[in-house]
Amino acid sequence: MRIEIVNGHIIDPKNGLDQQGSLYIADGKIVGIMHAPDGFIADTSINAQGHIVCPGFVDLSTRLREPGQSHKATMKSETKAAASAGFTSLCIPPDTSPVIDSPAVVELIEDKAERCGYPHTYPIAALTQKLAGTELSSMHALKQAGCIAVSHGHHALQNLLVLRRAMEYAASYDLLLIYCPQESALSNEGCAHEGAMASRYGLPGIPAAAETIALMQCMELIEQTGCRVHFQGLSSARSVDLIAKAKVAGLPVSADVAMHQLHLTDQDMSPYDSHYHVIPPLRSQQDRDALLVGIQNGTIDSICSDHQPHDVDAKLGAFPETEPGISALETVLPLMLRLVEQKTLTLAQGIEKLSSEPAQILGINAGGLALGNMADVCVFNASESWKINAETWQSRGKNTPFWQETMHGKVTHTIQAGKVIYSAGS
Amino acid sequence: MLAIENLQLNAQGKLRHFLSIEGLNKDLLTDILDTAESFADVSEQNIKKFPLLRGKTIVNLFFENSTRTRATFELAATRLSADVLSMNIATSATSKGESLLDTIRNMEAMQVDMFVVRHSLSGAAHFIAQHTAPHINVINAGDGQHEHPTQAMLDMFTIRRVKKQFSGLRVAIVGDILHSRVARSQILALNILGAEEVRVIAPKSLLPAQVEDLGVSVYHDMNAGLKNVDVIIMLRLQKERMNSAFLPSESEYFKCFGLSGEKLKIANKDAIVMHPGPINRGVEISSSVADGPQSVILQQVSNGIAVRMAVLSMTMNGNRGAE
Repeated sequence: MRIEIVNGHIIDPKNGLDQQGSLYIADGKIVGIMHAPDGFIADTSINAQGHIVCPGFVDLSTRLREPGQSHKATMKSETKAAASAGFTSLCIPPDTSPVIDSPAVVELIEDKAERCGYPHTYPIAALTQKLAGTELSSMHALKQAGCIAVSHGHHALQNLLVLRRAMEYAASYDLLLIYCPQESALSNEGCAHEGAMASRYGLPGIPAAAETIALMQCMELIEQTGCRVHFQGLSSARSVDLIAKAKVAGLPVSADVAMHQLHLTDQDMSPYDSHYHVIPPLRSQQDRDALLVGIQNGTIDSICSDHQPHDVDAKLGAFPETEPGISALETVLPLMLRLVEQKTLTLAQGIEKLSSEPAQILGINAGGLALGNMADVCVFNASESWKINAETWQSRGKNTPFWQETMHGKVTHTIQAGKVIYSAGS
Repeated sequence: MLAIENLQLNAQGKLRHFLSIEGLNKDLLTDILDTAESFADVSEQNIKKFPLLRGKTIVNLFFENSTRTRATFELAATRLSADVLSMNIATSATSKGESLLDTIRNMEAMQVDMFVVRHSLSGAAHFIAQHTAPHINVINAGDGQHEHPTQAMLDMFTIRRVKKQFSGLRVAIVGDILHSRVARSQILALNILGAEEVRVIAPKSLLPAQVEDLGVSVYHDMNAGLKNVDVIIMLRLQKERMNSAFLPSESEYFKCFGLSGEKLKIANKDAIVMHPGPINRGVEISSSVADGPQSVILQQVSNGIAVRMAVLSMTMNGNRGAE
C-alpha cells in the first residue's frame, strides 16, 4: 500500500520538522518527505490542505477492558476509538482479568489486537503475580513474550521489600517500571482530593501526601536498585518538585500526567457527578497550575489519556460507591489544543508530549516521521469543532465529564504501520 | 466552574426536595422555622393531627440504622395524616446485590409520594433525587458525612425558641466534626441565619481539611473555645474512632473535649447545651450537664417532630407548585 499525504502542515518535533509539504508512505514506512521517491505512484492520496500532519500518538495507559471486562468495552470498540483519536500505539496496564502475569495472556491480547487491525498494542506486565503484591511475576518471560514494561497499576503494593526486590529484578533485565504512586494507607477509602471541596461535600479525602510519600519511597529504591522508573498519572504540585529534584540528581526517571488533570480541578466537580470520580483525584487549582508548569518546562515528560471506559452502571450510584475513571482517548487531542490555545504549550510541544516523548520512554520506534521510520501518522484539523454526543463518540464508555461540550480539533486520518486505520466519514 | 445545580427548588423557588442546607437562603430557612413554630403551637394545645397530607404515602428508606430520626419522621408524617411505610434496609438489600437505583425503582412502582432517605454514603440523597420520578419528593435524613439538614433545622428551631434570634450569637460545636453530617448542616445553617460566630472545637485528627472554608473559627482547646459562647453543641463520639487511631482513649477525650460542669462555667451564664443524640455519657458529656438546667437536649427531640412536619408539608406543597 502506497499512500501520499499532500499539502499538509507537517509537524515532527523529534526531527525538527515544521513546514508545509507532503509525506510519502510505502511498505509501512516513511519513504519520502516533501519529495516523492522516484517512480512513486500512490494507491491512496490524502489531501491534507489546511490540516496538521504529525506522528501518531502513543498512549502510556489505555484500558481496553479485555480480557475480562467486555461489559465495559471491548478491544474492538476501544482500538477503533483510539484510531479515531489519532493514537497509533497503546500501552495496556496489567489489571485485566486475568491479570497480565503470564505469556499466555500477552499472546491473547496480541492476537486479539491483530484481529482488531490494531497491532501496536503493548501489554504491560504485572509486577507481581495476580497483582497480589507478594510473589514476583515471571518478568523475563513476560518481556520475551512482548511486554514493554512492568507495572502494578493502581493496585496497592504494601510491602516495600517486595517492591525493592521487584525493582532489582526488573533492573537486571533493563525493564522499565511504570509506577502509579499512591500509598494506600493514606488514600484509605478516599474518593476525592482532601481539601475544601471534599470537606464541603463530606467525601472521604485522599491527601496529596498519599502520592508524594509513595513517590519518595520509590525514589529511594531507584537510588538503591538503579531500576528505570516512569511515574504515571501525577496529580500534585509537590510531586512535580520531587520529579524535578530527582532529574537534577540524575536518577533514571520520567513522568506523565493524565490530560484531564491539566484541565480540571476539584472546584470543577459538579456536586456528586460521578464522571468526576477519578484516581488520583482532581486536585486543587494550585496543584493543577504546578502540573501545567511541569509540563511546560519538561519536568513532566509526557501526557497520557488514562483511558478508562465504564459501563453505565459503574457510574450510577452515590459518588463514593461509583467506579473511578474517565473515558478519555477522544478528548486528548482537543484538550491538547486547548493547552496550545491558552499558550501553555506550542503546537509542536503538544504533539511531542503525545508522540515522541512517550515513545522514547518506552524505547519503541515510533513518534517520528523521519525517512525509514515506521509510518504511524495522524492527520488532524485543528479548527474543526464537534460536540461530544452519542453520534460523535466512538468509545463504548460514555463516562466523560466533557459530555455535551463542544471541542475543537478532529482527526481526519490515522495511519498505523502504513495502513489507514481511520478515515473520517468512512 | 459549573453552576451548582439546585435540585431542591422548583421553578417558583419553593422547596421541592430537602437535601442540604447548602443552596437554601435565609428566607427559606426562616420559613421552615416559622412553619414548624405553627405546628409546635398547635401540637402543644393537644391537637396533634392535621389533614394536610391525607392520601399521601411516605416511605422512610433507612439504609443505616436510626431510632430517633426515624421515629420522629414517622410521627411527623402520621400527624400530617400521611400513610407511612418504614423500610429498614440497612445493607440487607445491598448485600443481596440490589443497587440503590433498583431499590428506588421498586418503591416508585408502589406509587409512593415521598422518600425520606438515610444512607451511609455522601451524596446518596442527591443521587436519589436526580433519578427518581419527578412527582416524588426526597428528604435527606442524613447522607454519609455530608449533611443532615432536618437535624440542623430542629437545632436552629431549638436555639431560636430559647435565644429568640441568631444575630449576636456565638455557637461552639465540639467534637468529631470530621465525620459529622450534623455539624456540616449546622455550620451552614448558622451562617445563613446570621449567627455572630460559629466555632469548632476538636483535635486536628477530627477536623476536615480546610474546615475554616466552611465558615468557622477553629479551636483545639475548650478553655479558649468556650469563652463568651451562647450555645454549645456537643457531637456524639463513635467508639470505633478509637480503633482507627483518631484518638487515644475515651478518658483522654473526655478530659480534653468532654463537657463537664466545670467547663460549662467557661461559657456565658445563660449558655444552652445541645446534643443531636444519642449521648455517650462520660465520653463527650457528663450526666450532670446533660440532665442539668442548661441542657435543651430533650427539647431538641420534641422539636424534631414539628420541624419535620414543616419540611414534609412544605416539600409536598413545592411539588404542587411545580405541576
